[in-house]
Amino acid sequence: MQTLVAYVENKPGVLNRVASLARRLAINIDSLTVGPTENEEIARMTIVAHTDEKGAHRLEASLEKLVDVLLAENISDRSLIERDLALLKVSADQQSRPHLMELIKVFRARVIDVAPGSLILEVSGTVDKIDGLLEVLRPFGVLEMARTGRIAMTRGSDLLRPPKAPSKAKEPEPVISAAK
Amino acid sequence: MKLTGAEILCESLTRLGVQHIFGYPGGAILPVYDALGRSKLHHILVRHEQGATHMADGYARASGGVGVAMATSGPGATNMVTGIATAMLDSSPVVCITGQVSSKLLGSDAFQEIDITGITMPITKHNVVVARADDIARTVREAFIIASSGRPGPVLVDITKDAQQASSDFNWETSAPQLPPKRQRINYDQAEFERAVELLNASKRPLILAGHGILVSGAMRVFDKFVHTGNLPVAMTLLGIGCFPANDPLNLGMMGMHGEAWVNHAIQEADLLVAVGMRFDDRVTGDLCTYAKEARKIHIEIDRSEINKNVKVDSALIGDAREVLELLLPRLEHRERGDWLGHIRELKGDSAVRDIQGLPDSGHLYAAHVINDLWKETNGEAIVVTDVGQHQMWEAQYYHHNQPRSLVTSGGLGTMGFALPAAIGAKFAKPDSEVWVVVGDGGFQMTMCELATIVQEKIKINIAIINNGFLGMVRQWQEFFYDKRYVATPLVAPDFAALANAFGIRGERITSRTDVIPTIRSARESSETVLIDFRVEQEDSVYPMVPAGGALHEMIRRPDSPLVETATEP
Repeated sequence: MQTLVAYVENKPGVLNRVASLARRLAINIDSLTVGPTENEEIARMTIVAHTDEKGAHRLEASLEKLVDVLLAENISDRSLIERDLALLKVSADQQSRPHLMELIKVFRARVIDVAPGSLILEVSGTVDKIDGLLEVLRPFGVLEMARTGRIAMTRGSDLLRPPKAPSKAKEPEPVISAAK
Repeated sequence: MKLTGAEILCESLTRLGVQHIFGYPGGAILPVYDALGRSKLHHILVRHEQGATHMADGYARASGGVGVAMATSGPGATNMVTGIATAMLDSSPVVCITGQVSSKLLGSDAFQEIDITGITMPITKHNVVVARADDIARTVREAFIIASSGRPGPVLVDITKDAQQASSDFNWETSAPQLPPKRQRINYDQAEFERAVELLNASKRPLILAGHGILVSGAMRVFDKFVHTGNLPVAMTLLGIGCFPANDPLNLGMMGMHGEAWVNHAIQEADLLVAVGMRFDDRVTGDLCTYAKEARKIHIEIDRSEINKNVKVDSALIGDAREVLELLLPRLEHRERGDWLGHIRELKGDSAVRDIQGLPDSGHLYAAHVINDLWKETNGEAIVVTDVGQHQMWEAQYYHHNQPRSLVTSGGLGTMGFALPAAIGAKFAKPDSEVWVVVGDGGFQMTMCELATIVQEKIKINIAIINNGFLGMVRQWQEFFYDKRYVATPLVAPDFAALANAFGIRGERITSRTDVIPTIRSARESSETVLIDFRVEQEDSVYPMVPAGGALHEMIRRPDSPLVETATEP
């Protein structure tokens, strides 16, 4: 599994280009999250892909060839923080509720909605943590689950900022063929 | 200045130096055609939009500039797909402009509406829909930059009809390109560069693999210096042909599936390969597990995604071929390399005796003879435009190109039907050059409607059909790998000479070797287009041949006994 971060132009069709590229390279995307950055014209993507280092290099280099991709970087072997957010709707009756609350505490999940027969939990953390919670909740009956997919950021002074320098490419010199 | 979007488009193209547009009108692009009529741009009416894209491509390849093709929405745009893909695979700077239905109809399945940007996304370098007249000038300028910069490629600009019709303030200064900022990568560090220098100077058996990138970056002069300074033998890719003179003793010729045997053996025996502006395509490497096992590899390439894609290299110098070679040149040391160059000469001598040119004249007409004669008659100075298949390989083997951009051919995509329209484009790019189409009887029938374009535009090219009555290359594979079961490869063709006459073009049919040179001479002397139907040996094959996926040094060689079959009348 490889994790890439990309800064892209925040406009229609860009997600399609990125997804289409992965498809063409026969790389299965495990998760792809996209959201705006502090600059509203630029969006940040975190792409988690089922591929090896070579595949990730091709994906990274091919992504940067797209005009709308400002930067793409494989951060898999860097020191990084990864987070996934899940909403889980779990069956909860009078009997199971106290037991559920215990587990929720252990996993530092939050109850964000309570209904007579169910609860909605919010949990964030690493993929392993969420998978772990899911595992212990299964016996109670998981009715619905929604997950965001991973977002990732390199630690400390290892900054990954969108580039600012305008493109250096120049307009081509006209090639004039002899008059005819 | 208030102009309509259509007028802005024409004005922008004019300011970008465009002189010729290859296109076909239709409903959704009509406002642009109306404005074209009032502009100084010369529009060439094609007979099929695929032809328009190939013409723009041929124009770009022959000139080094950007070619422009135009079509209407829907079927006009979809007909361009093959030509766009051809330009993409061969990194050719083509800008395609398509009309689109009005923006309020987008997505409604309106008449002749098709999502052409969706269709062409994987086969363009970039594409964009323009729905506002205000955005046309900027977008077209951006398209030209994208198409021609870095590793070139096709760009499609889809303009809605309402954007063409709307009025807007036209101001060239305020419509400057605004491409997104890009991260400036460090292409390679000093250590990588030093490693390349060390490998180059330490090598006993070096070989340069020269590709299309040398032509694209205009590196011919520095490349020539580089080769002679280091005394480095050069093997060419198909698209690299012309980047280094064929008559230079250090030029070995073409490598790969139908490369010369000595070239492929030299690759397999080299201790260093210096790949310049090429991408280790499977047609060049054969089986990767056995490819150049003894060689260290240096890869000079502008596209980072090509590095280590097919062949793992020891030093990757990412960048423009000319810039990288200019940096390497002062560090390159001269070596005598007598043993290595002598060894290659021996390999070459062994091949020469098998060459069909050296075999006794059996009275039969072989394609190799025709092309060899064409080369001699034109002093190797013509622009030759080939299609794909056997004739293409024979041309690469027997027409020796000394000038850059004198061979135009569909390499990566291998598009049948490319040659005739691409030659028309090349003629517009180089009106004073002699242009020859060398094409098979199969490929010619795919786009022969463009003969009418030649007549309408009153241009002079020469067309040599290498007619063997088969889809020759496929037949060859069937002969070698499918036990001669010729399924769907015998090909009935019209009488091409009579067909040419029907278009108002002079046509000739040649069946014997003695008539080849006089006919070529007479075609060259004519001021009008001449088509020559060369009825060549039907079941001749291209040798040597590395079977697909086979080891590069294990080639099928020309058998000793010449063929007996002769060309037959239809």
